[in-house]
Amino acid sequence: MSTATEPVRILPKSPSDDSEGQFLEVSMGPQHPSTHGVFRMDVVLDGERVVKLKPVFGYLHRNHEKIAEHESYLGSMPYTDRLDYFCSLTNNWAYALAVEKLAGIQVPERAEYIRIITAELTRFQNHAALIGFLTQDMGASGTPLMYAFRERETILDLFESLTGARMMCNYMRFGGCRVDLPVGWLDQAKKFAATLPRFLEEFERLLASNEILMARTQGVGVLSKEFAVNAGVTGPVLRASGVNYDVRKVDKYGIYDRFAFKIPLGEHGDTYDRYMIRLLEMRESVKILNQALKDIPDGPIVDPKTKIRGFRPKPGEAYGRIEAPKGELGFYLVSDGTSNPYRYRVRPPSLMNLTVLEELCIGRNVADVVVILGSIDIVMGEVDR
Amino acid sequence: MTLETIKSEIEVSVPGCVLEIIANPSPSGQHSLRIDPAHAVAIATFLRDAEHLRFDYCSNVTGIDWPSKEISEKVKVKKTVDGVEQEVEEVRKLQTAGHLEVVYHLYSMEKKQGPVILRMRTEDRAEGVHLPSLTHVWRSADFQEREIFDLYGVIFDGHPDLRRILMWDDFKDHPMRKDYVEPDDYEYEPTAHDQVLERARQHRTVMGAQ
Repeated sequence: MSTATEPVRILPKSPSDDSEGQFLEVSMGPQHPSTHGVFRMDVVLDGERVVKLKPVFGYLHRNHEKIAEHESYLGSMPYTDRLDYFCSLTNNWAYALAVEKLAGIQVPERAEYIRIITAELTRFQNHAALIGFLTQDMGASGTPLMYAFRERETILDLFESLTGARMMCNYMRFGGCRVDLPVGWLDQAKKFAATLPRFLEEFERLLASNEILMARTQGVGVLSKEFAVNAGVTGPVLRASGVNYDVRKVDKYGIYDRFAFKIPLGEHGDTYDRYMIRLLEMRESVKILNQALKDIPDGPIVDPKTKIRGFRPKPGEAYGRIEAPKGELGFYLVSDGTSNPYRYRVRPPSLMNLTVLEELCIGRNVADVVVILGSIDIVMGEVDR
Repeated sequence: MTLETIKSEIEVSVPGCVLEIIANPSPSGQHSLRIDPAHAVAIATFLRDAEHLRFDYCSNVTGIDWPSKEISEKVKVKKTVDGVEQEVEEVRKLQTAGHLEVVYHLYSMEKKQGPVILRMRTEDRAEGVHLPSLTHVWRSADFQEREIFDLYGVIFDGHPDLRRILMWDDFKDHPMRKDYVEPDDYEYEPTAHDQVLERARQHRTVMGAQ
């Protein structure tokens, strides 16, 4: 795991340790395929066992928050795409929601439906790709990942025909969405949504009872309920530990209260539960998707009273949050009445979920670190900002 | 549960604390509670542990920089001009004291309520201002307080591992402060030229070269 250029320092033997060997300090990353980006872990090892682990990041830091202070409110919208570049549409939504709270803007019904459709498609492709990457980290080289990417490609095609971009969508606006659905988009999406249960069936059969996957994940990286809450872990990682907390249900932002869906919960809080919870959440996303595609009304997609040019919210502050695929994504905005935000803060779920990484890895083997990190689901664009 | 009732409950449970409700004029209506740093840990522990509140989840920790600024206000002053007493408008300039502010957004996962917003202010904006750390109450504040230390320069007393988190360790300034000046040259590369030259010189002396 150690890169050739990193010096290997032998630490003094700890007095409480009666083992023969000495501790070995290994720098995992930043250029390591299992770290999902430019991310480093300073790991202290006792043989194969992890004694200490400190995450090191900031390699992608560009001070997103400072840039936003020099931009107009709308000017930051394309930047939010680059936070969690897998899920640009949910990033857009979280930012739009915070600004709508700050300025008291209402969103027309059709726009709310479009937001939910795009957000659930985003969640679906994120979870599918994550499971693919997780199994890739365990050595299932390619097949599950390619199955996931096959579906993801279709979803990105849908995004492209709607927003003009596959990943950097820049689609939401304050009080609605940028453009209306193109002709035939809904039919295309409905046809695609009808194929999703078959994919999920196939994907689950491919992996869920796989012996290697179970051996590598069950009982690995157990996260207790109390610690997860105290450490601010959110999203699927929290729910895999059995805490029933989903911002979609708690805040009922948008029009999520109209949809019938369940919140899957894990029991053990181990890596297998974190994997399984994503499969189950994908099923629930398909349910929401089908309802939204059926019920979407006609109408305007943006509130005509919203000012686009010269948008200056009154002084004050607002914190808006949504359930992004990786957890609670929040934007905290302070306005001083000018056209730029006085303070713009992103609450990134990936960063908060990394808080527990050390505790999950201590006592496990090095190879488990890779699996545990993979199941937490981080994107460095969001961690470093 | 309104902020007023929470405030009065804190005042009962944490004697001697100074609280102030900061109104938020925006349509979001998220008012916040300013707490004094001396009692911050006691207040936070109360909010987390009280049976009916149970704010067990600290979602977001933010720093805000408020530099000192000049406010001009018009004051009517009575003056004697040419022997006649008149009321004259005079512009007075006031210098407000700058401060750094740290904001905590709390939710309750158990009771599904929130947010309650806590704010703490520093005395001034000097280098190395102190505030108490709430990491021991909510572990989720760990990385975020480190980030505020890194980008704003607030030192959190009692934080278990207060190091820079996004900038590199040798970095000097705090980039999120409003008066931060960017360096002219971004091509900074921490190479130890002087140490290398010094070692080369010693090597030459030992080898008896020249």
